[in-house]
Amino acid sequence: MLAHLPVLQVIVPLLAAPSCLIIKRPVLVWMFTLMVSGAAFLISIALLQQVLASGTISYEMGGWAPPWGIEYRIDELNAILLLIISAISTVVLLAAQTSITAEISEDRHTIFYALYLLSLAGMLGIVSTGDAFNVFVFLEISSLSAYAMIAMGQGRRALWASYQYLIMGTIGATFILISIGLMYQMTGTLNMADLADRLPQVANTKTVLVAFAFFIVGVCLKLALFPLHMWLPNAYSYAPSIVTAFFAATSTKVALYLLIRFTFSVFGYSFSFTTLPLQELFLGLGLLGIFIASAAAIYQTNLKHLFAYSSVAQIGYMIVGFSVGTSAGLMATLLHVFNHALIKGALFLALGAVMYRVNSVQLNDFKGLARQMPLTMAAIVVGGLSLIGVPLTVGFVSKWYLVMAVLDNGWWPVAVLILLGSLLAIVYVWKIVEVAYFIDPEPGTPQVSEAPMALLVPVWLLVAGNIYFGIDTRLGVQMAQSAAQSLFGGSP
Amino acid sequence: MIVGLYNYWIVVILMMIGFYIVIAQGNLIKKIAGLIIFQTSVFIFYISIGKVDGATAPILADQFSQYSNPLPHVLILTAIVVGIATTALGLALIVRIKEAYGSIEEDEIQEKDNQEC
Amino acid sequence: MTFSLETMLQLTIFLPLAAVFGILAFRRNPNLREAVSMISSLVVLYFVVQLYTGLKDGEVITVDWLQILPGLQLSFTIEPLGMIFALIASFLWPVTTLYSIGYMRHHHEENQTRFYLCFAIAIGCVMGIAFAGNLFTLFIFYEMLTLSTYPLVTHAGTEKARQGGRVYLGILLSTSIAFFLLAILGTWFVAGTLDFTAGGVFGPDINMTVVSIILALFIFGIGKAAIMPFHRWLPAAMVAPTPVSALLHAVAVVKAGVFTVMKVCVYIFGIDLLDVLPSTQGLLYLAGATVLLSSVVAMRQDNLKARLAYSTVSQLGYITIGALLASSIGVVGGSMQIAMHAFGKITLFFCAGAILVATHKSNISQMQGLGRQMPITMAAFFIASLSIIGVPPAGGTWSKWYLLMGSLDAQQWAIVAVLLISSLLNIVYLLPIPFRAFFPKHDAAPVDNTLKEAPLASLSALCITAVACLVLFFYPQPLYDLATAILDTTGGAIP
Repeated sequence: MLAHLPVLQVIVPLLAAPSCLIIKRPVLVWMFTLMVSGAAFLISIALLQQVLASGTISYEMGGWAPPWGIEYRIDELNAILLLIISAISTVVLLAAQTSITAEISEDRHTIFYALYLLSLAGMLGIVSTGDAFNVFVFLEISSLSAYAMIAMGQGRRALWASYQYLIMGTIGATFILISIGLMYQMTGTLNMADLADRLPQVANTKTVLVAFAFFIVGVCLKLALFPLHMWLPNAYSYAPSIVTAFFAATSTKVALYLLIRFTFSVFGYSFSFTTLPLQELFLGLGLLGIFIASAAAIYQTNLKHLFAYSSVAQIGYMIVGFSVGTSAGLMATLLHVFNHALIKGALFLALGAVMYRVNSVQLNDFKGLARQMPLTMAAIVVGGLSLIGVPLTVGFVSKWYLVMAVLDNGWWPVAVLILLGSLLAIVYVWKIVEVAYFIDPEPGTPQVSEAPMALLVPVWLLVAGNIYFGIDTRLGVQMAQSAAQSLFGGSP
Repeated sequence: MIVGLYNYWIVVILMMIGFYIVIAQGNLIKKIAGLIIFQTSVFIFYISIGKVDGATAPILADQFSQYSNPLPHVLILTAIVVGIATTALGLALIVRIKEAYGSIEEDEIQEKDNQEC
Repeated sequence: MTFSLETMLQLTIFLPLAAVFGILAFRRNPNLREAVSMISSLVVLYFVVQLYTGLKDGEVITVDWLQILPGLQLSFTIEPLGMIFALIASFLWPVTTLYSIGYMRHHHEENQTRFYLCFAIAIGCVMGIAFAGNLFTLFIFYEMLTLSTYPLVTHAGTEKARQGGRVYLGILLSTSIAFFLLAILGTWFVAGTLDFTAGGVFGPDINMTVVSIILALFIFGIGKAAIMPFHRWLPAAMVAPTPVSALLHAVAVVKAGVFTVMKVCVYIFGIDLLDVLPSTQGLLYLAGATVLLSSVVAMRQDNLKARLAYSTVSQLGYITIGALLASSIGVVGGSMQIAMHAFGKITLFFCAGAILVATHKSNISQMQGLGRQMPITMAAFFIASLSIIGVPPAGGTWSKWYLLMGSLDAQQWAIVAVLLISSLLNIVYLLPIPFRAFFPKHDAAPVDNTLKEAPLASLSALCITAVACLVLFFYPQPLYDLATAILDTTGGAIP
């Protein structure tokens, strides 16, 4: 049983998805989904322990040895991502039933959970698999279910946002497909480890360069790197709150994982960073993303929009860490992946709680909300502080490592820019605090009460995570460090 | 050189046509059509790289010694299925958009969204 | 009940934070709520005094909490400079609480629970800053102090208060994150440690340019020290209720700023290194310019609190000068100034608040002849003014004296001139206020001569601090001993 954990990680939610349709009763389906996600969480913990104890796990699907069969390969990097995805999914699901009763009509609940599980299975699959084509298939599984879930949001804008995301997402995925095809053409293999062995021999051909370029563009579309982020704000804003919380915390992280995996493990550090001006490109785009997206966030009046733009900016930080091209920089990126999942999960879930009571996330409707929903607003404040990077929150830890990594390279101006970027975060976070705490509600607006426990508990679980991992940083730092070092194993 | 690689030329031309339609067309259904063409070009690319000149389908028989590589063909079966799913979902969304907005033209939808806020 | 010194150190930080729960629990009963504030403030004062005796006996008091990042611990340690700061803050907390009880009730302020609550948190943060064992711990409490005082600044909830709060938070958070944090990261990167070490942490073979930049980042980044051009938050914060302006913007917040500057100069750079750094000189002149310019601005303010605010900016410059003079006498003068200015300025703010509560006047031009109505208040104002200016028989004399000595010692003639001119300016903008109160101009509007002092609680508070100004002149020895012990790296008991 233990030996089959890598495949169980993916197959359990995958098979559970159609089972939802059999159970039918929404509450039961919810409990079933929660159980499945919980099981995935437990499996990911077990996998992480196995990896930390005995190194990389290689699982041969159906007993066919790689490179002919499909291999599932779990090393530190995968294990961390699996843990983040399944943990966030489970916490978000705790709140799901309450939140979607307010936002989705009841006859669609069952379908919603089935799609949710498919999306979860897709993400877990992308991360677990060691086969390039498998990546594409799982990417499309998670994306297709994502489009459908986003379309379930309230109002017609959700449909339009979903359609736009579908077009962009499909283009991105197809680019990745082209890249995989070109790689296969040059090497005759789809197994990532095998590709890593064979690509260097043909590294100087134009075909491989083209494959790399297609891959980078495709994956950057998926990860909403500035300026390819256009689809993200609308998709996040109009999707049901639960979906937003889940995706904001996980989906771009999965794309980032792909970027890291392919540049470091498949194409190899020396190819990715020396043959192409990837470093300069990503550093520039990352910094531009931080500033432009943060500035855009300041002008938003819809809070989901605001935090969606902030997500684009945070991706900028991750990309800057990535572009440093050292083990320290990569570690900062991974740490921020973990921390940002906690931050954005908490913030979007809290917005979901506001949505549940107020049925709006427009800034104007937040007037005086701090008195009516003190715990929810306190959660948003803590999440916001963490986003800014105030000490004793996770945001500070990742910023600390990021600046250290940048300084290690002697990039003082970049360090200054990173810190200046956080100032913009102060502005948009404080805009909310001011409205919620220091402006009285307009006369005539109905009094609302605090969000129900079913929403508060998951929100505060994530907020507690923000504080706990900001104080006791060992777990996050160790995981990120060992993953970064293992990726740099063979290369300088 | 140019003639010998004709399959790639077809792929590239189809790809550009499809991509252009996706970007340039305002009609949502045409966009989806463009997307299909774009994806199909990739399918053709996969299929053509698996084909070996003068070889036959990989069915073991005494008179054949050369077989085409079946793996890309199998892969692309999966991709075609994904493509169909994407098309179906896209068209379904268009139906709902038409119901909600009364239009399937990008600019008109955008305009209605802007009016709202 | 006896506690070990280590426990007491932690309690001084925790007790104010724990008082939050007491204040919350009794939010429906103002008397009990204020009793909780008062009692916890007195207990904290008791603990700090105990710690002081421990320090005098040469005890080494250190507490390590958890390790946040490898090599970065939350740790606390007591040294003389921190002790001065802690003593001032813990002494003035109960006094201010006493004052607030009179002020807040008489002025019918709303949200009083939030007021006392944030106040207690702020004091806890101040204790954390005072006893921080490394720059990292200090930074954490520094940021918490900013955040916890923000609701106090915007207390009134009006558009003006929000505007003030925005400037306050904007400047303090931006400078601390953009510059202060960068300076800390730079220090960590160059020196590999953030622990406060006697004589500084930088080794002999360092890049002077980089360390110079780090020093500049520190001076600008510690926005609470209100060095121009980052002083705007202080006048902006004057929208707060007067007790807040008094304790937080005469004592806790601004003193946290200059205290941090002092601490960084002495324990991160060390005065020997400071002496040879190329950027010290420029920053010193900047501080001097701050002193003069803000004095000039203060003269032009008619609103009493605004005038006091600019006077604070100017007086804070003195302390930064003391730190940057890179001479031991300068450090003594600077750290004594922390104490002297605290007592003087808090008295002035108390008086301003008392005038507002009793007569609803906030502009200086309206205060002619006020001495007849509020003789005690105006007398206290006079004593405190003397202390700020630095003439006997008030405590400010000593700090100004040592600062002057320090700049002579360092042969900084420009700074000597700044100090002298500034003292004259102080006289010009402070003394006319009590003078005109007792001896109004002939053409001034007649005022009624009925006695109309502030509530008793407030009045007694301002008397306590005014008397303290006098006491510090006649009995400065303990303070002086502490101040000289700062640079006494040999350790051991304080005489």
